[in-house]
Formats: sequence, C-alpha cells, structure tokens
Amino acid sequence: MVKVKLFGIAKDIVSASYFEAESGVTVNHLKQNMIAQYPAFSNLRSVLVAVNDEYALDDVVIYENDDVAIIPPVSGG
Amino acid sequence: MVDERIKILDEPLDSQEVIDLVASPAAGAIDVFIGTVRNSTQNKSVQRLEFESYDSMAIKEISKIIEKASEKWPVIKMAVYHRKGILDIGDIAVVIAVSSPHRKAAFEACQFAIDTLKETVPIWKKEVFDDGEVWVAAHP
Repeated sequence: MVKVKLFGIAKDIVSASYFEAESGVTVNHLKQNMIAQYPAFSNLRSVLVAVNDEYALDDVVIYENDDVAIIPPVSGG
Repeated sequence: MVDERIKILDEPLDSQEVIDLVASPAAGAIDVFIGTVRNSTQNKSVQRLEFESYDSMAIKEISKIIEKASEKWPVIKMAVYHRKGILDIGDIAVVIAVSSPHRKAAFEACQFAIDTLKETVPIWKKEVFDDGEVWVAAHP
C-alpha cells in the first residue's frame, strides 16, 4: 500500500491525514479512485498529485516507497 | 546560482531579518513584499487565518521560483519566509526580499515571486469567520 498524504480541504473531505492507495497504480487511477470514494473531490477547482515532492503527471506510477500527496488548490501568500 | 534563503515557520516572521539576508555590496536596490492578514473578505469579517504547509515540497517549489526569477532578472539574493499555523489579523503571512543592481529588476522579480508562489507552492489557507470557515480558493 502507498500512504498518500492529505492537506487542506483534502484532509477535511477524507477526515484523515492519510489515504491508503494500492501500489503500482497510476496517478490518474489514484485520483479517479479518490473521487469515486469521496465525491466531494469532484467539486474542487483542481486535484493534483505530488510524487516525491514534485507535481506528477497522470501517467506516473506510484509505489510503496514513494512520497505521495494529494494537492488541492493552493492558497498561500 | 543565486543566493537563496527559504523558511517556513510556525512563529511570527521578522521582516527585517529577511531583508538583512539579501543585503549585498553589489545591490542598488532591495524590494520587499510583506503579505499580511486582512480583517475581511468579500464583506465578511475574518477572525483569523490558519495556514497549512507541505513543507518539503513547498521549499522545493519556492526554490524553483527563485531559480526562474534569477534566470529572468539579475537577482543578487532572494529570501522567502512563509508562516504557517494560526495567524491573527495584521500578522505577517509571507515576506519576500530581493536584491539586484537596479530597482526595476528587484520590483519585477519580487512581484513574479509572490504571484507564482500563490499559484504553485503547496500551502493552504483557511479563513475562519464568526459563523464558519472556508479553505480559500478550493472551489470554483
């Protein structure tokens, strides 16, 4: 399993700071899976995924040792 | 490689400290942006802000901004400090300081840095009102 970090509104939607995802799936699969389980994600302006501290494209595959996070719309500054 | 200093802190930011970091004998200008907590948004009274940060990635993304800015402008040094945790009205949320040989580059690089930070850096802000709270910009 991959422990996916959650921040901001993503944490509120899941009511947890982590989400367990399957290892060996694509970023796109992870996003679709999250939206299926938590439909509130589809109301967000965007949902991006970071792998090892970099924004990741949809076809990137995630594995157990990767540092994965859901990045909801940012609002720093 | 431009001299860069980046910090994400859960204690009050000292803007003078950030300015001092970019001082240089080669600089003819230092431009500073200080973002502060406003007491209202869209005519609603704000009680406080709560910032959350994905620190490791936020530092990398800020570093990329500094790198890009120094490709576009003759930046000598750049420092970016961002606050996290609970902030009250008037508190400083972010300080960006840029030094360059002449003022135009310092102004432009500083504006580029805050504009890009708001778009790419994984930091989130929650506005807390009397009657509820909202994650800023989360919904269209």
